[in-house]
Amino acid sequence: MSTASSSAAWKAGDVVPDRFPAGLRVLVVDDDPTCLMILEKMLRTCLYEVTKCNRAETALSMLRENKNGFDIVISDVHMPDMDGFKLLEHIGLEMDLPVIMMSADDGKHVVMKGVTHGACDYLIKPVRIEALKNIWQHVVRKWKNEWKDFEQSGSVEEGDRQQKQSEDADYSSSANEGNWKSSKKRKDDEDETDERDDSSTLKKPRVVWSVELHQQFVAAVNQLGIDKAVPKKILELMNVPGLTRENVASHLQKYRLYLRRLSGVSQHQNSFMSHQEETFGPLSSLNGLDLQTLAATGQLPAESLATLQAAGLGRSTAKSGVPMALVDQRNIFSFENPKLRFGEGQQQHINGNNKQINLLHGIPMTMEPKQLVGLHHTAQSIGNVNMQVTSHGAQSGQNNSLLMQMGQPQSRGHILNDATVGHAPRLLSSMGQPILSNGIAANVSTRNRIPENIRAPGYNPVSQASSMLNFPMNHASELPGNILPLGSTPGMSSLTSKGTFQEDVNSEIKGSGGFMPSYDIFNDLNQHKPQSWELQNVSMTSDASQRSNSLQGNLDLTQSVLVQQGISSGQMNGQNRSAAVVSKAMCSAGDFSEQRNAQNVNQHFNTLLVDNTIRVKSEIVADVSPANLFPDHFGQEDLMSALLKQQEGIAPAENEFDFDGYSMDNIPE
Amino acid sequence: MERNPMRRQLAVMRQSLFDQGYLDEQFVQLEELQDDANPNFVEEVVTLYYRDSARLILNVEQALERKPFDFNKLDGYMHQFKGSSSSIGAKKVKAESTLFREYCKSGNGEGCMRTFQQLKKEYATLRKKLEAYFQLARQAGPMETACHPK
Repeated sequence: MSTASSSAAWKAGDVVPDRFPAGLRVLVVDDDPTCLMILEKMLRTCLYEVTKCNRAETALSMLRENKNGFDIVISDVHMPDMDGFKLLEHIGLEMDLPVIMMSADDGKHVVMKGVTHGACDYLIKPVRIEALKNIWQHVVRKWKNEWKDFEQSGSVEEGDRQQKQSEDADYSSSANEGNWKSSKKRKDDEDETDERDDSSTLKKPRVVWSVELHQQFVAAVNQLGIDKAVPKKILELMNVPGLTRENVASHLQKYRLYLRRLSGVSQHQNSFMSHQEETFGPLSSLNGLDLQTLAATGQLPAESLATLQAAGLGRSTAKSGVPMALVDQRNIFSFENPKLRFGEGQQQHINGNNKQINLLHGIPMTMEPKQLVGLHHTAQSIGNVNMQVTSHGAQSGQNNSLLMQMGQPQSRGHILNDATVGHAPRLLSSMGQPILSNGIAANVSTRNRIPENIRAPGYNPVSQASSMLNFPMNHASELPGNILPLGSTPGMSSLTSKGTFQEDVNSEIKGSGGFMPSYDIFNDLNQHKPQSWELQNVSMTSDASQRSNSLQGNLDLTQSVLVQQGISSGQMNGQNRSAAVVSKAMCSAGDFSEQRNAQNVNQHFNTLLVDNTIRVKSEIVADVSPANLFPDHFGQEDLMSALLKQQEGIAPAENEFDFDGYSMDNIPE
Repeated sequence: MERNPMRRQLAVMRQSLFDQGYLDEQFVQLEELQDDANPNFVEEVVTLYYRDSARLILNVEQALERKPFDFNKLDGYMHQFKGSSSSIGAKKVKAESTLFREYCKSGNGEGCMRTFQQLKKEYATLRKKLEAYFQLARQAGPMETACHPK
């Protein structure tokens, strides 16, 4: 058959013989003789070379005997001797041929099963000849992908991605191109064939790992146990239509790296980070930040790290809310480190964070200067929050930056939310200000601290915060409503939803889920990093006190956030000079106080905030390691969780974080 | 338009099968597959269907005699039967199979039995009609490309 010989040739290039798809060697398996006869006739009419088989076992042995004897297999789902999906798996594993499933059953579940088991298409009986006319596309696609992989096998990542792409493309003929329908698409064939053929191998069927999706993923992984979590099972647990095993597999790979990073946070992770950085951008620049320091300072307890990781990676609130925050924090830290230049030696803290920071760096990118401006309040606060979380001066700064970074991609506001995780919801709700306040408060607090501590590029946190804040900030006018918008963003939402800090943490983390998408954003962020840096720097430069003032002035939310922060940050060693100022402003938040002792806030607000943030940060930092993967999420969630944690009375972070370094320029006055 | 009165009669008979809902578009798919290489393809397929599906009908029959009903098993048989029936375009038979499966899913034994009786009736009716149709077709000689009912 010409197909056999030509396939090799086709693999090498895009040229397909003229008579193709004629001669395509199809093996059709169905226990129903009527269907089998009809299918055979149909396929013959399409000029394919058909071999029919009424038993799965027979088909398998046929395939085994003649590995290169067929180009594609069409199999029924319900067969007496072997389940069609089982056969599908075997074929995929042993012969790696494209397999099309068929059934009279068109239930979503079954179709989904086909997708998850790797079928390249799913036909609903009764099968029409039109549907069969285009099955050759699956063969070609596979060849093209293989060829592409072959070509790009040089670069690990690239090849990795490429492989993933091809796999995705290959496996989702009908579901490809972001269109996760199955047989439906197939039936539409004509149009799809062309576009699919052209674009399937070219375009990357990327799955955007949204926060929610990631949470689902993490939940599934946790359920299975990280050791036993295999892509197939995860996929089944997640039960997300259109998601392929390949998507899950590559995501899992990243998640594992992330976890490893979290647990092994320290300088050694750098290599990992650098890896991350590729994806996330030049976060490493943050190295200046004290993530390392933070990490080193041991502020981040191992578990918090883990939680952070969890938070970062999968934002699963399953773990304590803190984890998320922590994770974010860490990420933030990593980012922040270089960025924030936590002079205070925060950098040390953030060793591990650096890595994360890298991730964050990517995130801040998204922050636009103007956003920063608007955000600077928020950003500041967020940054502060972050900073504070870290509890280390440096760390907090980093946190902030991390937060900021995280927040950036999303809506700066998110960060806020995250930061304020605990606060935000409460604050917002009570304040009538949407999470912003929380976020802002968080930021504010951090801001205060940060400015003092972090002069450095740490601005990022601020900017991030700004970005985060911006989000709400933008709506600042409608703060009450605005904050909510933040919430709406994946990250933000968490904030809003949480009423209590603790709850918030968790919810925030979830909210941060919005950051999940940041995964992609992250990469984008990386690109934008430069700008965010600028912005951040700007904000950072401003004086902390100014910031606090401005913060106060600008955002009620901020105040409230701060207040919140103050309350929660009580634990953090507040070095927030401005915090005090801020806290005053924050006090007005009043509502927040309920969350934590508002009064304390005033005084210690800054401190608290800082502390909290720092603390949270430190913890987050510790936890956040592989968070890089989802910098966006983490940033916010981590922050929030960090914040929340802080509020919960996390041991005073030794953040010597002060806001000095934080330029509160962003805070719109 | 068929010149031959038998052909005309055949065409009318065919059309009424569609109009009365005995057959659906899938039957046309079979007709389109018929060519010089397989001039009696449709008849061959239908014959194969009735032979194979008789086995399934018997299985269901026997399963319905065993109480309590094993709805899973019944549903399984009917799933297969439905797939077969739909592949030849047996519209009414397919509809009854679907209904039967619904009753199986809801555990309605009475509904199952009632539906099964109806299904057997439709199944038998279609068989008779198709047999008559094919007989006439053979007598009328090779048919021209069928006009699609829809």
